[in-house]
Amino acid sequence: MAKAIINEALCKGCEMCVIACPKHILALSSTKLNSKGYHPAELTDESKCIGCASCAIMCPDVAITVER
Amino acid sequence: MATVFQKPKALLDVPFSFCPGCTHGIIHRLVAEVIDELGIEGKTVGVAPVGCAVMNYNFFGCDMVQAPHGRAPAVATGIKRARPENIVFTYQGDGDLAAIGTAETVHAAARGENITIIFANNAIYGMTGGQMAPTSLPGQITQTTPYGRDPKVAGYPIRVCEMLSTMTGCALAQRVTVDCVKNVNIAKKAIKKAFQNQIEKKGFSIVEVLSTCPTNWGLSPAESLEWLRSNMIPYYPLGVYKDIDAEVKK
Amino acid sequence: MTKVLMKGNEALAEAALRAGCRHFFGYPITPQTEVAAYMAKKMPSLGGTFLQAESEIAAINMVLGASAAGVRAMTSSSSPGISLKSEGVSYMAGSDLPGLIVNVQRGGPGLGGIQPSQADYWQATKALGHGDYQLLVFAPSTVQEMMDLVILAFDLSDKYRMPSMILSDGMLGQMMEPVELEDESYEMDLPDKPWAATGHQNKRTHNVINSLYLTPSSLEDLIRERYKRYDYIKENEQRADEYLCDDADIVIVAYGASSRISRTAVNQARALGIKAGLLRPVTLWPFPVKAIEKHIAHAKAFLTVEMSMGQMVDDVRLAVNGRKPVHFYGRTGGIIPTPAEVLNAIKEIAGGKE
Repeated sequence: MAKAIINEALCKGCEMCVIACPKHILALSSTKLNSKGYHPAELTDESKCIGCASCAIMCPDVAITVER
Repeated sequence: MATVFQKPKALLDVPFSFCPGCTHGIIHRLVAEVIDELGIEGKTVGVAPVGCAVMNYNFFGCDMVQAPHGRAPAVATGIKRARPENIVFTYQGDGDLAAIGTAETVHAAARGENITIIFANNAIYGMTGGQMAPTSLPGQITQTTPYGRDPKVAGYPIRVCEMLSTMTGCALAQRVTVDCVKNVNIAKKAIKKAFQNQIEKKGFSIVEVLSTCPTNWGLSPAESLEWLRSNMIPYYPLGVYKDIDAEVKK
Repeated sequence: MTKVLMKGNEALAEAALRAGCRHFFGYPITPQTEVAAYMAKKMPSLGGTFLQAESEIAAINMVLGASAAGVRAMTSSSSPGISLKSEGVSYMAGSDLPGLIVNVQRGGPGLGGIQPSQADYWQATKALGHGDYQLLVFAPSTVQEMMDLVILAFDLSDKYRMPSMILSDGMLGQMMEPVELEDESYEMDLPDKPWAATGHQNKRTHNVINSLYLTPSSLEDLIRERYKRYDYIKENEQRADEYLCDDADIVIVAYGASSRISRTAVNQARALGIKAGLLRPVTLWPFPVKAIEKHIAHAKAFLTVEMSMGQMVDDVRLAVNGRKPVHFYGRTGGIIPTPAEVLNAIKEIAGGKE
């Protein structure tokens, strides 16, 4: 069991986490907008998260916390 | 479940002001993680540059001094000579370190000043809107080289690590990048060594981090990572250019 | 107490050491290189830092860093080198940092000459770097006074958290005069600086030494606060020396080397029956307007004597404010006027020249 927790307020929709995720379970939300006007990233399938923290390592805004 | 990754303590709870996808964010986090792991926040003093990282005195939790453009190594020298027991680092961009600050950079290395320099090289001037940097590549389009950098007019880029590796006082000169997890991990190790060198009083340590500038390159963050790989790494090869420990072992 | 013959530049350095300065950053330039040489010789024995920087720019930035870290630091240079320091000094003032900058003036502009001048008065009091700010500026006229003012400069710089400048010149720097030295003591109780960047030791929030304030209202507020401090200094820290001014018809206003020459001319004028006096500013900023004010009613004229084309004369005119005529006599380019020339100028005024 693992999950990446994304702080949507800090996310700038840069997609570096999306590219980095080896399980391809991150994507920018098509519906949500944060207060800065970005589409924040979100987990598309939490059950597949392996807690590798690749997303958090590549996030330039320290917006991701990973639990395992 | 346990937390396996979170914001380092040496970063304050202040959102970064960098552009989306700007690798300054990753590098700042790595510096803070290293400060946490070495347990040195209480005795660290950082020197902020002029450039996109100018306000990093708001991001780092240690004491900070904001320096005039290019002068960070001289300011750091003043702090370190006044308080040798403090850990002093600078964080500088390519204009700060290799244009206006070239003399301060070179002479701090020549003196073997026992400080740590984190150099974010993104081959462009970000804060002022995308002008040519001393590290901009031949043919690169910038605001002040709108037809592409012509070496006949604007000269050739400066390879900082190679240049500083010739200085006896330089204990470490390593070029890294942060375009993927593997390289981020290498970069972090280099930054840690650069701080460790200072703790062990080995002399001047610099880590040059090839970085992206999506906004002024006119590319998306993803495209920028690709541009960095295809264009910057060939001109600025990654690797260790000077390591005083390796030489001693010889 | 011992009496020692010392060269101006060396006395300055010795005084700084006695004031607790343990960090000197400089660059060679005539006519002040003896300051650096003296520091290079004496600093190691005191466990301090002597560093010959790569440029005057690097040197002032090293002073900025050391001062930010809470220690007494100084640099010394001459006219062209001081120009290079403008940016660093502005940053120091804008970051509320203390520190001592010494200008041993030489002929300018440009590379100019190496003989003495006083043509950096405007630079020191009005224009050493961009933005709204002031430096404390002190003008010694003897080697003994050089030593006394260095210590005062450090004390007031720390007290008011602003850079100080000693405005010396090539003549004062090179001449030798007897000074009274207390028995050698380099132990000092220096003021605490809780604002400094010393490493928070996990005991407080972080200290930030900075001059960037992007919100205009914040920057204005900060500058206005600083100017309240300046107002207090103007009210309380003016210093001047008055010689035969109380009954003077013609008051000479001169500082540094010019004041020594003018003093001789005043004595010669008095011998001729002309009631001349010398008002010698010791602080150039704050300008000693109070001392000038005392003599406006009884004086018939003021004469400013400078080794320049006339810079301090503007401040004298402002202080006199049109109430009495203000004349000027000056030489520039490295030429030192003679007492005879100054006496001549006094005679012309006494003879009714308007």
